Amino acid sequence: MAAAQHFSMRGNETIGAGLCAAFGVLFLIIAGLTDHSGYAFHMVVMALACGLGFYAIVNWAARGETRHEPLEINGRPNYNDGPVRFATIAAMFWGIAGFTVGLVIALQLAFPALNFDLPWTNFGRLRPLHTSAVIFAFGGNVLLGTSFYVVQRTCHARLAGVLSPWFVVLGYNLFIVVAGTGYLLGITQGKEYAEPEWYADLFLTVVWVVYLLVFLATIWRRKEPHIYVANWFYLGFIVTIAVLHLGNNATIPVSLTSPKSYILWSGIQDAMFQWWYGHNAVGFFLTAGFLAIMYYFIPKRAERPVYSYRLSIIHFWALIFLYIWAGPHHLHYTALPDWAQTLGMTFSIMLWMPSWGGMINGLMTLSGAWDKLRTDPVLRMMVVSVAFYGMSTFEGPLMSIKAVNSLSHYTDWTIGHVHSGALGWVGYVSFGAIYCLVPWLWKRERLYSNRLVEWHFWISTIGIVFYISAMWVSGIMQGLMWRAYTSLGFLEYSFVETVAAMHPYYVIRAFGGGLFLLGALLMAYNLWMTVRAVAPRAEAAPTNLQHVPAE
Amino acid sequence: MTTSPQAHTGKPSLWARHKIFETNSILLILGILIVVSIGGLVEIAPLFYLRSTIEKVEGMRPYTPLELAGRAIYVREGCYNCHSQMIRPLRDEIERYGHFSLAAESMYDKPFQWGSKRTGPDLARVGGKYSDAWQLQHLNAPRSLVPQSIMPGYPFLATTELDVNRIAQEMRVNRMSGVPYSDEMIANAVTDLRAQVDPDHPQADAFQKRYPKAASRDFDGNPQRITEADAMIAYLQMLGTLVDFKQYDNKANLR
Repeated sequence: MAAAQHFSMRGNETIGAGLCAAFGVLFLIIAGLTDHSGYAFHMVVMALACGLGFYAIVNWAARGETRHEPLEINGRPNYNDGPVRFATIAAMFWGIAGFTVGLVIALQLAFPALNFDLPWTNFGRLRPLHTSAVIFAFGGNVLLGTSFYVVQRTCHARLAGVLSPWFVVLGYNLFIVVAGTGYLLGITQGKEYAEPEWYADLFLTVVWVVYLLVFLATIWRRKEPHIYVANWFYLGFIVTIAVLHLGNNATIPVSLTSPKSYILWSGIQDAMFQWWYGHNAVGFFLTAGFLAIMYYFIPKRAERPVYSYRLSIIHFWALIFLYIWAGPHHLHYTALPDWAQTLGMTFSIMLWMPSWGGMINGLMTLSGAWDKLRTDPVLRMMVVSVAFYGMSTFEGPLMSIKAVNSLSHYTDWTIGHVHSGALGWVGYVSFGAIYCLVPWLWKRERLYSNRLVEWHFWISTIGIVFYISAMWVSGIMQGLMWRAYTSLGFLEYSFVETVAAMHPYYVIRAFGGGLFLLGALLMAYNLWMTVRAVAPRAEAAPTNLQHVPAE
Repeated sequence: MTTSPQAHTGKPSLWARHKIFETNSILLILGILIVVSIGGLVEIAPLFYLRSTIEKVEGMRPYTPLELAGRAIYVREGCYNCHSQMIRPLRDEIERYGHFSLAAESMYDKPFQWGSKRTGPDLARVGGKYSDAWQLQHLNAPRSLVPQSIMPGYPFLATTELDVNRIAQEMRVNRMSGVPYSDEMIANAVTDLRAQVDPDHPQADAFQKRYPKAASRDFDGNPQRITEADAMIAYLQMLGTLVDFKQYDNKANLR
């Protein structure tokens, strides 16, 4: 694409540096004007980032013509893996940070003294930090890294743009830092999984648009006529997340010098917007995006083609169509009109089918290669992730049935359900992809230790089992206690009695979460040693990049 | 992976027609956008005009400046992570918490705080359930009152001065998106805020006129200062109290 090549020309560098300088000054002015210390801190951080961006661009331009990397070398695409490497490291870092905060808040629920009665350490501020760190920081970096890797390999083309891919990964991580520190400082919109305030949201919008453009422009460079199935899912994820983000963050800032904003919608409309967003953050961020990972990494690792092309077409369109409807199942028996609740429930149950379509397509890709599960713990991790995907996408429709939901809603059952999807599906498929990527990206002939991967797999699997079993028991038990009546027709338990009954399960849950974190630490060590101590891969042999087009 | 399906017949099969999306990224994106728009439009758009979702119920009024500030603290501390504000029409919930929540009761809530988890009890009708002193002590040290509670303590609320600088602007922004604050309410925002914590305030009557039946007293037991605890307790004490269910006509807005 000719247009894409212009990205690397001087004019764009000038614009980039100019924008950095202008926004840097603007942020400094706001920092000086505001009386909100947390907001001032954020403005200084963002000004600093602008300064670094300015310095990096100028420094880059000073390298003259040598800075232009060829698109191809000897007729083979010259892949741009720098941003992928950065996102991979960032994913591992944020993963461990997010799991650690998760362990801390799990322990706070078991031992409330750990809140320390300070603003910055209480559960209410740390819980969004945990959810954002694992979903958006860990998951987001996995998605950025793998999407930039996969789109290049499946299109046989170098990533479009020179500065823009770096802007995407660095800008996204700056957003994470601003969002996360904001929660600790009490800067939040108070909408679950959409807590970042207006200025962080605006910045993310810019990053996201550039992300879409880089991804698209790379697709436009493709040598194959067909766009590979993984890229459909990446596109579905990128485009839909943009729509959801804009709809659920339609706020009016109080002023340029205040971090606070008020959303256009209120009450019931806001509730519906929120869960339209919230459930599709699950559907498109944590499902479509990670299915894209499944569609590249499992066939690649198993060295088998995707099981069914037709199934991938059906389940792609069915999945993205049905998912959008499912939001109201978060609002059963609330003031939301019954017809909307019923629609939400009905579509959630129908959603079971395309979800399992994806699971079947992933699992059956192993046809003829099942023996590899015995010898390749990385492949095993990814296959178990697909099994967890199947499990939680069965449990989800079950919990969306109103009668079941009347028991499960507001309890830990939901937390357990989320974590079987998050730890089992998203976590494991990400771990599998990262275990694949690190030797590929750093050109090592293998991982440092397969035995450590085995340990990681078993320790964290046991952790997940502890976690979700504890939450099943505590959730169903608390739900039943809330509605228990004595023979005389009085409510049997006061609320706090049901809280006290949760204690042992909260301890077990924290133990399970601790095991999961321990597994991730083993992984980080293994990856570190892979880069440090494993011999480089022999360069001459062309890697077996026989990718399978979507046909 | 099958080979080209139209190889035999000459007429492209249905599967082959999908090629148009696979070979054109813009069409693929348009297809995705259309497919994902339908559900949201059907479920969200009607909520802006259906009678049951925009009903007016006797007693509902916008938050006073002090309550609005308290609500901002509730949001800031992430209370919604553990407390719902939505009583479902189930027997045990109505007996435990009171009348089920109406859509109208959160019509001025930006953002809504219905919540999704009850690590602690529902707060939709906590207003008036406990005394101010109980609330203050409970915020300062929850386990001093409820030994088995796992709630964090918030002793810093009672020692932090409430920031009232931007309250009028916050009300103005609320008004831009539909909360019926009058010019008079906005002009008197700070006065009203001070009047609500001091029943002897010269403007106390004017405040009462602007916000009928709003509770006016020193909520945190410290008349010297207006603290974040004042605002927080004022907010908690009004939750669920605006609609008088002895008067409420539950047939008028049957859904």
